Amino acid sequence: MTTKRIRDPIEWLKYILLGIASLVVLFPPYVVVLNAFKGPDESSSPFALPASFLNVENFRIVFDRADILQAFSNTFIVIAVSLVGNIVFGTMVSYALARISFKGKRLILGLFLFASIIPTITTQVVIFSLIQSLGVFNTLFAPILLFIGADVLQITIYLQFIRNIPEELDESAMIDGASLFRIYASIIFPLLSPATVTLVILKTINIYNELYIPFLYMPKQKLVMVSTSIMRFASNNQAQWSYICATILIIMVPTVLLYLFLQRYIFAGVTNGAVKG
Amino acid sequence: MGTSYARQRTMILITFLFIPLVLLGLFTYYPAVRLLYLSFTSWDGISDTVQFLGLDNYKEIFTNPDLFGVFLHQIPYVLGGILQNIIAILFAVILNSKIKGRNLFRVLLFVPYIMNGVAVAFMFQYVFDTENGSLNALLGMLGLQSLQHSWLGDTSLVNFSLASVSFWRYMGYTMIIYLGALQSIPGDMYEAATIDGANRFQSLWHLTLPNLTQVIQLNMFLTLSGALAVFDLPFVLTKGGPVGSSETFLLKTTETAFTFNNYGLASAMSIVLLIFTIVILVVQNMAIKRKGDA
Repeated sequence: MTTKRIRDPIEWLKYILLGIASLVVLFPPYVVVLNAFKGPDESSSPFALPASFLNVENFRIVFDRADILQAFSNTFIVIAVSLVGNIVFGTMVSYALARISFKGKRLILGLFLFASIIPTITTQVVIFSLIQSLGVFNTLFAPILLFIGADVLQITIYLQFIRNIPEELDESAMIDGASLFRIYASIIFPLLSPATVTLVILKTINIYNELYIPFLYMPKQKLVMVSTSIMRFASNNQAQWSYICATILIIMVPTVLLYLFLQRYIFAGVTNGAVKG
Repeated sequence: MGTSYARQRTMILITFLFIPLVLLGLFTYYPAVRLLYLSFTSWDGISDTVQFLGLDNYKEIFTNPDLFGVFLHQIPYVLGGILQNIIAILFAVILNSKIKGRNLFRVLLFVPYIMNGVAVAFMFQYVFDTENGSLNALLGMLGLQSLQHSWLGDTSLVNFSLASVSFWRYMGYTMIIYLGALQSIPGDMYEAATIDGANRFQSLWHLTLPNLTQVIQLNMFLTLSGALAVFDLPFVLTKGGPVGSSETFLLKTTETAFTFNNYGLASAMSIVLLIFTIVILVVQNMAIKRKGDA
């Protein structure tokens, strides 16, 4: 069996293609890593190795000048508040849609579905004045308000999960006299945790990567988020590649680590969402 | 015994749906409706009064090549997206076979999707830089000086360079979606095909691809609507330059609104983009339905 596999040219071709793809994926980050550790007098050739990988001077400078800590803490606050709200709203909507039959259920699902095909940047033309009249322009509430709402991907994943929870569980709780709110809070919500974990990870990555919303609604220096911090820093330090590479690394490492440890949930979420979408 | 369950159901419906629906209305449907209304006006974003223009904004969009013509810049993204789907299917099929290091390759190819988009953009600015960029350096090392270019500075190349970044970033994502679909094809179908004497390519063509039709349609929708709405990459990397050659329709839209304060025209542009997205969706759904009937 094994020998047959190795002789098979198609098998070789598979590894060659995978090898090429891996090189293409790794090439840009590899160059970034090399150059993030280079001092000002070192070779500017992108492939030259740095004198030492222990030279963290660039990172120190970037932490000082690019408001990295401020950016991380603002981003963290926005993610935490948005996600708590988003998970609560998403589970509530899904519970109501899955367990209570009422007129207009399909309409509501349809509204959430249609909302997902509207490219978000197009509506910012109007949302911009809305955010201003709500008085949240240049506050962390602007992105939070825009991220906190339930969305169709989340609702479909939750609905799938709730349909797999036997209704007998609800019924026996009702015989014990539990209120519907209690059934939601102490039976349904905990049983949804696997889906919640997946959604929290995916949404964390999405918000962390979001560019235009923080750019548009929080121009104030103190309200810098991860994506806007690197934009501001890079436009002030054109062609200072070693600094920019250090910033890129600092910003990329958290999500890549998150991904490496939690890949199982991420793949589950991507596949699930796509098949349903 | 507390309140009756019938009453509770009504309470739950109202309380559980109220805030999410308000948010949906406020940040999606109200803006969409207002966008439609503004698209017939010349609103400048500040004044209280608006002048009604009828269809003038739409006429402007379709007759002014500076506006509608930028869609031409987005053709490389469409081509890149189609290529991305083909390559993604190829790698999904490879990774769906018994192969050593499967999980490692899967994790590796997906990693670009996880990375911060702005960081990816700057990473590629370094790749594409004419003087110090790693791509030109690599070509130089390989003795291919003739292929060295100003990747982001050449008006005929810039959109292809940007589209290739998008390819780099999303290929793994598309692949994972295909891989998920492949894994749901029951293995015994392949066994049956092998028993019937089908070779690898026959089972790929007659078994795998037909089973992927729906996912291919979905991914093509994502690809095409994504190509219509290209924004982040040119916004960060080129600001639409050089000389406007990497402007996209959405970039133009936000400029029209936020730089030139022509909210009426920008709203009409948004509506046009939305209509195009819906058209793609409807056409694809019709294609799926037709297949289903046949």
